[in-house]
Amino acid sequence: MSVTLSESAARRVNAFLAQRGKGIGLRLAVKTSGCSGMAYALEFVDRQEADDLTFESHGVTVLVDPKSHVYLDGTELDFVREGLNEGFKFHNPNVKDQCGCGESFNV
Amino acid sequence: MALLQISEPGRSAAPHQHRLAVGIDLGTTNSLVASVISGSAAVIPDADGRMLLPSVVRFRANGEVTTGHAALAHQSEDPLNTVSSAKRLMGRGLADVERDGHVVPYRLLDAPGMVRVDTVAGARSPVEIGAEVLRTLRERAEASLGGALVGAVITVPAYFDDAQRQATKDAARLAGLDVLRLLNEPTAAAIAYGLDNAAEGVYAVYDLGGGTFDISILKLARGVFEVLATGGDAALGGDDFDRRVVAWARTEVGLGQPSTQDLQTLYARCRAAKEALSGTDRAVIRVPMGADDPVDLILSRETFVTLTQDLVERTLKPARRALRDAGLAAEDIRGVVLVGGATRMPHVRAAVAKCFGREPLTNLDPDQIVALGAAMQANVLAGNRGEDDWLLLDVIPLSLGLETMGGLMEKIIPRNSTLPVARAQEFTTFKDGQTAMAIHVLQGERELVADCRSLAQIELHGIPPMVAGAARIRVTFQVDADGLLSVSAREQSSGVEAAVVVKPSYGLTDAQIASMLEDSHARAEEDLQLRMVREAQVDARRLLDATEAALAEDGQALLSPPERAAIARAMYALGELLEVHSPESLAALRQATDGLNRATTEFAARRMNAGVQRAFSGQRLDQLEQLV
Repeated sequence: MSVTLSESAARRVNAFLAQRGKGIGLRLAVKTSGCSGMAYALEFVDRQEADDLTFESHGVTVLVDPKSHVYLDGTELDFVREGLNEGFKFHNPNVKDQCGCGESFNV
Repeated sequence: MALLQISEPGRSAAPHQHRLAVGIDLGTTNSLVASVISGSAAVIPDADGRMLLPSVVRFRANGEVTTGHAALAHQSEDPLNTVSSAKRLMGRGLADVERDGHVVPYRLLDAPGMVRVDTVAGARSPVEIGAEVLRTLRERAEASLGGALVGAVITVPAYFDDAQRQATKDAARLAGLDVLRLLNEPTAAAIAYGLDNAAEGVYAVYDLGGGTFDISILKLARGVFEVLATGGDAALGGDDFDRRVVAWARTEVGLGQPSTQDLQTLYARCRAAKEALSGTDRAVIRVPMGADDPVDLILSRETFVTLTQDLVERTLKPARRALRDAGLAAEDIRGVVLVGGATRMPHVRAAVAKCFGREPLTNLDPDQIVALGAAMQANVLAGNRGEDDWLLLDVIPLSLGLETMGGLMEKIIPRNSTLPVARAQEFTTFKDGQTAMAIHVLQGERELVADCRSLAQIELHGIPPMVAGAARIRVTFQVDADGLLSVSAREQSSGVEAAVVVKPSYGLTDAQIASMLEDSHARAEEDLQLRMVREAQVDARRLLDATEAALAEDGQALLSPPERAAIARAMYALGELLEVHSPESLAALRQATDGLNRATTEFAARRMNAGVQRAFSGQRLDQLEQLV
């Protein structure tokens, strides 16, 4: 199994990385915080950790630490526009329920 | 679900703890809002994708306020109530504005401290007008970023004095924005440039905006920005170029006194011609002639340059002076950054190139660069610090001092001192037995008090009677990171103190700001009351109609004449109240509605019984059961 990006998400990530001028990829992670147990984190990566799992998706290197991978396996990251707002969205098959705003979730 | 943005490594925000901060370039002609999104600064467009918000506010008689493009569209037809270039009025008195030679198409009123604009919705201060623009930008940012803002960095011309800075801060407060910091526009431009290009050395920022001109000499070294010197002209900008073209067009066609609307149209067309001339050699201006046919004029770039070259020259004097203040020669400048839409004019670029002996840098959009830099600063101040920590040093644009005997200005803090700064100086009494001292706080470079700007008058009382020259009064000037000043005076031997916070001289006190805020809250309450009255009236109307219908149907059969009279009285009492539209009528309205309800309870019960009897009479029980 793996963690993937949609094509539009990959395009955006590449554009952001280019603007930033450095970084080797994108890190997807899960943190134990938030109103419904877990929260997603999305960060640029400058340094790969030894135990990171890496995936290639549409030309972007995606890094996930093994602990987060348990919760993220099968996830697709999408980039969407909702009205004036645009940003990244997790399509995570492991999620049982999430808080009203969707920033944190339960598995 | 909420949309996520990419963070710097190790800096992911916990859920519900996003610290959204924006940078706002509150311009004379146009304003922008920008924010750091996924690690890079970007200008936030409106719903139609437009980046620039015209700094125009239109007031309607019904209290409606429109801003931006919507307001600009009506400027020609409604010039008196459509306020543009309000930044030039910010923190200024009517005398200041008239001395600067600003011609505005709307009516100005003299008011204590700061000028007011006379609109159909009442007198509006520049602070309130600026607040409308800021509110629009705040709402745009909140809709786009998806949350409330923790604060904003707002840029001001480096040449803005204390009153103008305070007025800008007040406008932000009225707009519901927490001001993280006021930032000089050229400094913001340097932040955008310096970080984007990581270039070290000394730079000049040449900012010719719609209404103001600023020149700053900045030193960038190892991520530290230091402003070496600033200068400029608070009353020179792209608008002046427009005015020259308008004056030329009027002379060319012999236009006497055009209507306000024609004048507005002419301004818009001259501005368009000016912008076109940055790319072409000739532009056509269609001059409206009132009832007669419009006349087409051709403006060549040559003519345009002749008309406006002296304005361009006027920018070079402060530029040279800033260089001198910084102790540098033109060769020491590694690059010149252009800011402001007016720097797109080729003869401006040529003059800058000649003055500094090098081609100016133009690879960032001159309209956006200030907002982008402000957004980066806001991002840092909001606590979303990236790994590139940087510190920003700013300077005061004008010397601060006080009046001494003979109407002379004694400078306490010289201009271009690095902020924040505190300086103290000792003064003494002038006469034997003198027990009080007036301290007149001034801002400016001139020697005579009359030529400087008066910021405040404070008095120190309770000095012990001593011979002249024996008292030691220590006056401390303190300027915070926003460039705002506080002054305190203390008599050393007795310890008496005048704990004084200098109020900018335009006269809007904190209490007045607070009362304006309260006013808007109070009106919200009133609106709610009126809404409740309206709702109660609708209920009452429904009840009256139902009662009327019921009376017409069963009134004769089910009610005795006295009972009918009682209901009629209750109906009349309620009907009268329907005509009253004041918040106070709510209680009476509810009472009368209850009254009518009570008066008709018995009637309603009898109608119900009669209806049931009608339905049941002549029916057999088993048939009824089938029905049920």
